[in-house]
Amino acid sequence: MSIWSYANPVKFLALSAKVQPVLWVTSISCVVVGLIWGFFFTPDDFRQGSTVKIIYLHVPSALMAINAWFMMLITSLIWLVRRHHVSALAAKAAAPVGLVMTLIALVTGAIWGQPMWGTWWAWDPRLTSFLILFLFYLGYIALWEAVEDPDTAADLTSVLCLVGSVFAVLSRYAVQFWNQGLHQGTSIPVATGERTVSDVFFYPLLVSMIGFGLLFLALVLYRTGTEIRLRRAQALRVRLERAA
Amino acid sequence: MIALLIRDLRLAFRAGGGFGLGLAFFLIVVTLVPFSVGPQPALLGTIAPGILWLGALLACLLSLDRLLALDYEDGTLDLLLTAPLPLEAAVSVKALAHWLTTGLPLVLAAPVLGVLLNLPVPGYGWLVISLALGTPALSVIGTFGAALTVGIKRGGLLLSLLVLPLYVPTLIFGAEAARRGAGGQDVSTPLLMLAGITLATIALMPFASAAVLRMGLR
Repeated sequence: MSIWSYANPVKFLALSAKVQPVLWVTSISCVVVGLIWGFFFTPDDFRQGSTVKIIYLHVPSALMAINAWFMMLITSLIWLVRRHHVSALAAKAAAPVGLVMTLIALVTGAIWGQPMWGTWWAWDPRLTSFLILFLFYLGYIALWEAVEDPDTAADLTSVLCLVGSVFAVLSRYAVQFWNQGLHQGTSIPVATGERTVSDVFFYPLLVSMIGFGLLFLALVLYRTGTEIRLRRAQALRVRLERAA
Repeated sequence: MIALLIRDLRLAFRAGGGFGLGLAFFLIVVTLVPFSVGPQPALLGTIAPGILWLGALLACLLSLDRLLALDYEDGTLDLLLTAPLPLEAAVSVKALAHWLTTGLPLVLAAPVLGVLLNLPVPGYGWLVISLALGTPALSVIGTFGAALTVGIKRGGLLLSLLVLPLYVPTLIFGAEAARRGAGGQDVSTPLLMLAGITLATIALMPFASAAVLRMGLR
């Protein structure tokens, strides 16, 4: 059985109905455990004080904000190449989730930046890139809303996602050239494996990151199911109108 | 192709084509800036390259929604779609016509408006060069945005929302080149990056625009 058999909406819905309860329970318990562990059972940082604890919201949401766009890029490509409707609807379903994740990352970053950097906002490359990513999400969602024919909308938004990805990467490096950074580098470099975060902070962060990832997956599955059923309802309504 | 270019240029120059509207908009933006930030010559001189770039970009954006919308309404676009000329070539010519009627006048007007904003003397040459290099990219990217929104009623505002994030890299390198030029610094790095962006968008974007246009008009 290949993965493409789940392009069939019936099979997709059956599988997602089976997986979803497990996903919801594990993701929410991971987020709750990660946040409570992080907020109440870790020591304060000796320089940052208790503000360090915002990391358990900030890093996972920023991670998912980027990965959501990445997922939309892949599903858009699948739609353009293989014309699976589920794929296009999954991209549509992921966009608002990604938008909210971007917003959470921006807001928590601002709240942390006020006591630490002494400013809510700085035109730092990372902050600016995230603001641009936020604008891309807005434009993508607005285009979905504006086009009436669903297949044309899926086509146009897919191409926008591809072109937007190229320009998002370009902007990422352009803003680095334009202004020097204030934001610290990553604390958990995957490539070298040399963490600058102590284990005390790292393990709750890891749990929280896993939780956010699973939560994103659960939300996207749920929203995709809604979109599929909405599409079915519209098809039924059209058929009824024609019969009448 | 040449016939299409001449047709577009003629339509733009005659009444109702909106030629000169972009220029007038550019003039008004530049005139309003001293009212909003104050008339101190030193301050105006510092922000002049950025303001001139932003004004040119907005003037370019303003003229985008009539780039394809008028042809869509009177059916020219359907003819182009079925014409023997590849659609990629047609949208390239459209972008070129847009640049000749909007981008080029902006480039020529920028130094005159630079006087109003007290632009430092070494900046004039670099301002014109950076705008001449950068505005073609604005036209080509804008054609993609216009193609995306061509079938949508009242798509003007959506067009701005879609196109402005795509303009970010061009604006960064263009304004940086003009700013460094005005400050007497080395401009080669941003200028080369700007030229790279322009050449890459000219080479690649027509394919995306044509693909989007085929989807939208299907």
